[in-house]
Amino acid sequence: MIRGEQLSKSYGDVAALSPTDIQIRAGKITAIMGGSGSGKTTLLRLLAGLEKPSSGHVWYGDEDLCSIADQRLYELRQSMGMLFQYSALLNSLNVYDNVAFPLHEHTDLDETIIQTMVSMKLEQVGLRGFEEMMPSELSGGMAKRVAFARAMSMDPKIVFFDEPTSGLDPISAGVISTLIRDTASKNRMTSIVVTHDVQAGLSIADHVILLWQGCIIAKGPPDAIRDSDDARVQQFLEGRPDGPIPFSRSTTSYIDDLTHRPGTVRLSS
Amino acid sequence: MSDIMAKQSATTIFFGQLGRHALRGIEQLGDGVMLGLNALGLVFRKPWQGKHFVLQMHALGVGSLVIIIITGAFTGMVLALQGYYTLAKFGSTSLLGAGVGMSIIRELGPVLGAFMIIGRAGSSITAEIGIMRVTEQTDALEMMAVNPKQRILLPRIVAVTLAVPLLVSLFDVIGIGSGYIVGVELLGVNPGAYMAELIAKVSMHDLYGGWVKAVVFGFLISMICTYMGYRSEPTTEGVARATTQAVVVASVSVLIIDYILTSFFL
Repeated sequence: MIRGEQLSKSYGDVAALSPTDIQIRAGKITAIMGGSGSGKTTLLRLLAGLEKPSSGHVWYGDEDLCSIADQRLYELRQSMGMLFQYSALLNSLNVYDNVAFPLHEHTDLDETIIQTMVSMKLEQVGLRGFEEMMPSELSGGMAKRVAFARAMSMDPKIVFFDEPTSGLDPISAGVISTLIRDTASKNRMTSIVVTHDVQAGLSIADHVILLWQGCIIAKGPPDAIRDSDDARVQQFLEGRPDGPIPFSRSTTSYIDDLTHRPGTVRLSS
Repeated sequence: MSDIMAKQSATTIFFGQLGRHALRGIEQLGDGVMLGLNALGLVFRKPWQGKHFVLQMHALGVGSLVIIIITGAFTGMVLALQGYYTLAKFGSTSLLGAGVGMSIIRELGPVLGAFMIIGRAGSSITAEIGIMRVTEQTDALEMMAVNPKQRILLPRIVAVTLAVPLLVSLFDVIGIGSGYIVGVELLGVNPGAYMAELIAKVSMHDLYGGWVKAVVFGFLISMICTYMGYRSEPTTEGVARATTQAVVVASVSVLIIDYILTSFFL
């Protein structure tokens, strides 16, 4: 079980995440959803230990991720994987070396075994035979699939997915969603998926957390989220421009801005 | 009255900004030293980074060979020409070898060599690390339980610190050799006198001084360039700014430290 306790994060004066309590269930898929700038990637990075919270704690069992020694953090991370939004493949390595990277780093396996394991992971994402290609030669979708294979190469217990389907064609997005669901259920893997793709999020998740302006506005099983009475939740799920969640982020009046701009011609009444 | 207030206000703003810049500089210096020490503290911790150190030595050291050879050759040639012109006025052209040798070994080799390495290797270190930050590759390493300070920073710091004295030694040899060609072959200085004065006047103290400078410059360049890359704003503009800053700060630091070291080695 991963538990965030009164987690908050601010960048200067901007609060990206207000104090939040969150529980991630072991062996289940949790989808963190919300619009752009709602704090979902910040929350994911805090849970993964990539950023220190401004306040609060992240508990992995009885260990606080925010205060453990680096050595222990790296030990914990050997059982984690992460798929980044823009793949984050190591540019200097080809596809094979990228997928084999965690195996080379943390195991003493024979190279022939590693080759077999890499082939299996690449077959899963439909890219067997592309081992020699460099990241710069891959399309965005292919890079994401390679990154998926790399995230799974150590058969992790916990995997973080940051926008796994964004920028993918519908088929690739469907394949990635299916892979997340299948690998999670087969390996009893704890998966945390950040997405603003409503269909993908609701279809693969066991539990959904919906964020708005750095606060959790709804959480529960997908069906409970679908049936929520909260107008903000319904607006987000239906993608309606009108509703309690404003499209415009401007805090000043548009008319005032136009009429008070220097050099503006004022019309008398 | 309002003029006085305006002047006071401008002075307050000026010193306020000066103070803020100074504080930010001190903060960055402290952060840079801590980051560098943090990386260096991992040198004896497993996994060993020997392979990555060799790769960096090749990329940064061997990759800088051509620019060092060209710079060394033309520096020695110009020194011989200028030196001959000056010494001829006093009838002391036999001292040309000593003049070229001492200038290159004590000063020009370490300083010009360092400048070339900043331009060739330092800027590429900052840009490469900065791009790794922009594309989340450093975060990916973190999540794969690989410490980016140990994997990215440490091999580059050690490689540049060791590569600079080697490259500066090459610069010295090429510079003195090209000075010999211009002085002896083109300007007609006695070859025996050139070499005899060179050997007689250039002491081991001069050589050690040059090497100490080169090691210090190498360490300084590697620390500044890795720090600037690692702490660059993760945007394309941020990486470009960090690369420019790294070159400027490293070059100015080399000149300042050069003065301090020279005052010790005189």
